[in-house]
Amino acid sequence: MMIPSPAPQTGFWTATAMIASIVLSSTAGEVLTAAAMKSIGDLDEIRAHSGMKGAIRAVVTCPLFFAGVSFLALAFFALLFALNHLNLSLVAPASASLTLVTNAIAAKIFLKENVDRRRWTSAVLVCVGVYLLAH
Amino acid sequence: MAHQKLSPHQYLILGLVAVCAPLGDTFLSRGMVGLPSISLEHPASLIAAVFTPWVAAGIALLIGFFASYLTALSWADLTYVLPATAFGNVIVALLARFWLHEPISPLRWAGIVLITVGVGFVAQGPSLTERPALEERVAQEQVR
Repeated sequence: MMIPSPAPQTGFWTATAMIASIVLSSTAGEVLTAAAMKSIGDLDEIRAHSGMKGAIRAVVTCPLFFAGVSFLALAFFALLFALNHLNLSLVAPASASLTLVTNAIAAKIFLKENVDRRRWTSAVLVCVGVYLLAH
Repeated sequence: MAHQKLSPHQYLILGLVAVCAPLGDTFLSRGMVGLPSISLEHPASLIAAVFTPWVAAGIALLIGFFASYLTALSWADLTYVLPATAFGNVIVALLARFWLHEPISPLRWAGIVLITVGVGFVAQGPSLTERPALEERVAQEQVR
């Protein structure tokens, strides 16, 4: 997807690096959080057996979960930093739509998810849709 | 990949994922815009903002989003859940059009159609990648 030109005071490569840092840290956070939840198991079943406290304990005692949340926090601060230098109309759609595609790639590589033609098509459609909607 | 059929309860969780995040953001925005300007010299006013009705409701909705998102990830693939989160953008755009009577450009309508088709596409497929059980994997290793 082509990234539109950034605000005049910021160079193209600086803007690209800022958006890339949001996308990469967000992808790492999403993948680590998903891996944590898969390692914990079905939360609905845990809640049925051990109650809400048991479900919360299962989540907060998982180190992968905290690694995921740390990367999501990093993505949030990278977003704030980027918004300080670039226009919202560039950062929001570009980061939101690119993250969908990088998540699909990372989910296939690291989570071994079966990202078939249907899911690739969906990821690309939603990616372009989010870009058009947010731009 | 075997077809994993979701229960109505699980569809409800995905619905909460789609609705809570954009509504939470909207509530936060509504609350913060209504407050007097906050400066870093007076951080206490930022903490006080948390207890105003709109901001508190926004935070509650975002906590609800994160809880339902984590629950969904515990029984569905990341590549299945993420389009549901993106569908929230469509809900906000439709609310803006029909509730707040804000105009939506043809490009945005095209975006709404693409997201809806994409979500419909992935929702028709399996929600979880089927993995062989431990015993099956051990048997496969022994055959090799």
